[in-house]
Amino acid sequence: MAYDVDTIFQIAGIGIVVAMIHTVLKQMGKEDWAHWVTLIGFVVVLYMVATIVDDLFQRIRSVFLFIG
Amino acid sequence: MSLDMIQIVGFGLVSAFLAMIVKEQKPAFAFLLTLFVGAMIFLFLIDHIVTAFQLIETLANQANINMVYLETMLKIIGIAYIAEFGAQIARDAEQGAIAQKIELAGKVLIVVMAIPIFNVLIETVISLIPG
Repeated sequence: MAYDVDTIFQIAGIGIVVAMIHTVLKQMGKEDWAHWVTLIGFVVVLYMVATIVDDLFQRIRSVFLFIG
Repeated sequence: MSLDMIQIVGFGLVSAFLAMIVKEQKPAFAFLLTLFVGAMIFLFLIDHIVTAFQLIETLANQANINMVYLETMLKIIGIAYIAEFGAQIARDAEQGAIAQKIELAGKVLIVVMAIPIFNVLIETVISLIPG
C-alpha cells in the first residue's frame, strides 16, 4: 500500500489523546482551552485526511477522466 | 490477489474497531478516520482497476471500436465511482440530504455525457428506416 497502515492508528490515537486532554482541562475548569485543543487536533487530522483525499482525486482524474 | 484481499479485510476490521472506540469520545475524529480508510482502500484498488482497463482498451483496439465511445464509457464509470464515494462519506456523516444531491449530480452528469452516444444511436436507427 502506498500509505502506511500506521496512519490510521495515528488518527485514532490523536482522537483519544485529544478527548483525554479535553476531559482533564474541563475538570480544571478551563473550558476555552479545552475547545482550542479539540480544534487544533481536528485541524491536524483534517490535514492528514485532506492529503490522501487529494491524492485519491488526482489518481481518479488520471485513470478515469484522462486528464493529466 | 487473495493476499491483497486478506490485507484489505484485516485493514477494514482494524479501522472499524478503532472508529468504534474513537466514536465514543469524539465522533468527528471517527468520521475523519472513516474517510481516510475509504480513500486508502480506493487508492489500493485503483492499481487493479488500471489493469482491468488496459485489458478493455486492448480488446477495443482489436475490435476497431471508436476510442471516443470507450473513453466516454470509462468517464461514466469514473463519475459513478466518485459519486458513490462522496455520497457514502456524506451519509456516514449523517448528512443524507447532501448524499442524495451528490447522487443526483452524478446521475445528471452521466446522462449529459451519454448524449453524444444517444445521438449516434438515433441517427443509426433513422438511417436504417427505409424511405
